[in-house]
Amino acid sequence: MLIRHPTDIPPSEITPHSVYLNRRQFMLGSAGLLLPVASMAALPASKSRYSTTDKPNSRQDITSYNNYYEFGTSKDEPALYAGRLKTRPWTVAVGGEAGKPRSFSIEELLKFPQEERIYRLRCVEGWSMVIPWVGFPLASLLKQVDPTSRAKYVAFETALRPGEMPGVARRVLDWPYREGLRMDEAMHPLTILAVGLYGEALPGQNGAPVRLVVPWKYGFKSIKSISRITLLEKQPPTSWNMAAPSEYGFYSNVNPAVDHPRWSQASERRIGEFLKRKTLPFNGYADQVAGLYRGMDLVKNF
Amino acid sequence: MRPTLLSNPSPAMVGRIKALLFVLCLLPLTASLWQALSGQAVNPVETLTRDSGSWALNLLLAGLAISPLRRLGAPGWLLRLRRMLGLYAFFYASVHLLIYLWLDQLFDWGAIGHDIIKRPFITVGMAAFALLLPLAITSTDGWLRRLKRRWGQLHRLVYPLAVLAVIHYLWLVKRDLTEPLLYAAVLALLLGLRLWWRLRPTLGRQVQ
Repeated sequence: MLIRHPTDIPPSEITPHSVYLNRRQFMLGSAGLLLPVASMAALPASKSRYSTTDKPNSRQDITSYNNYYEFGTSKDEPALYAGRLKTRPWTVAVGGEAGKPRSFSIEELLKFPQEERIYRLRCVEGWSMVIPWVGFPLASLLKQVDPTSRAKYVAFETALRPGEMPGVARRVLDWPYREGLRMDEAMHPLTILAVGLYGEALPGQNGAPVRLVVPWKYGFKSIKSISRITLLEKQPPTSWNMAAPSEYGFYSNVNPAVDHPRWSQASERRIGEFLKRKTLPFNGYADQVAGLYRGMDLVKNF
Repeated sequence: MRPTLLSNPSPAMVGRIKALLFVLCLLPLTASLWQALSGQAVNPVETLTRDSGSWALNLLLAGLAISPLRRLGAPGWLLRLRRMLGLYAFFYASVHLLIYLWLDQLFDWGAIGHDIIKRPFITVGMAAFALLLPLAITSTDGWLRRLKRRWGQLHRLVYPLAVLAVIHYLWLVKRDLTEPLLYAAVLALLLGLRLWWRLRPTLGRQVQ
């Protein structure tokens, strides 16, 4: 059974921007404006035609129910411990098959024209959320390093900071966390590097200071706290695929027709909704991305 | 040893302990429901499913711990709590199953049947519940009298069903096996002690 929800609520109605601004003014006024704190800076972002009209989840939901194993394997641990991650200074080294390899500081990344992208996020575990990210197309960044003709894949790596990440003391996964995309997936306009959430800097548990967001793939593909991006000729190894190759493929496109070996992917529980809803092919982004996989066997290439 | 309140309580005292246990065993459900309904739990259905499953296992293991504890010198009245622990384990397992049938599958019996056949962790979970059900039904004094020796034989089903319940947990976890392995270790200890005492009866009597 599919419960229909109205999808015509403009995002501006859900999170009154003035509420945030008022709160900020109040705090600044009463605190006496001591230091410019990075997390308090509002991120100016333009609206995007790629945003969904689905109702976004609350900031509370998005920031208190996270999978970020570097900070613990339960859903609440990332919110408790991710604040320990020092996100300044931060650089992302971009290299490999690139004509102009270079590093980007977080300040440089924040200078890219930012957009609000309200995306559905579907976790491989069977739940989903709608999240108003702030970010910019990964393609904009990759173009700046001038990928060579041999660049067929992009590999991503999360920072590894044992002193700040209590979860990496246990080898639940083979650290550092790694992810990868095919070049055309990486260059797709839906694929973004997110630096913010709800108009403010990204909280630690959501992957501060910069993370990937690929909305048509299961959430674990959207790697957090990126420290390295490498252009490659060959398909890179990826963390969950290394951990359980039969359960998590390189592509991991959201696909209701291909079950996880241990559970069904046909439906999902949207956080905030009581009953499950049907999962859509490519998480509802089939119109935009199905063409990337034309002629491919998506059961074999799960 | 002089009988103390704890080693030899009066029947009225045992009654009060049982009443207290009855209330205590309801607390996890209350806490879980509160979290789910007050909006504190981001994914309330998951919270209810996980908590009810955990408490079914906790109470099952608590019930299984009583006879080894007794053998290691704990007072005899503990045995009088065992039926309530077992029935509460059944109660939490029923809540767990009901959430799955209702909130996960919406009573779509075709999908449920498919799930039971296709997903090993569901298969063993269902098997564990199927074995627990007759134990709950025959837990009354009447059935104890009617079944005589058979009652004891029947209730040995608790051993395989506890193993199935722990496997159910092991097989559903995505990656971090710490918690299910902890349950497996406790169960291995509880069953291992029984096996040890069975194979070395003289030693067991000395301990007693």
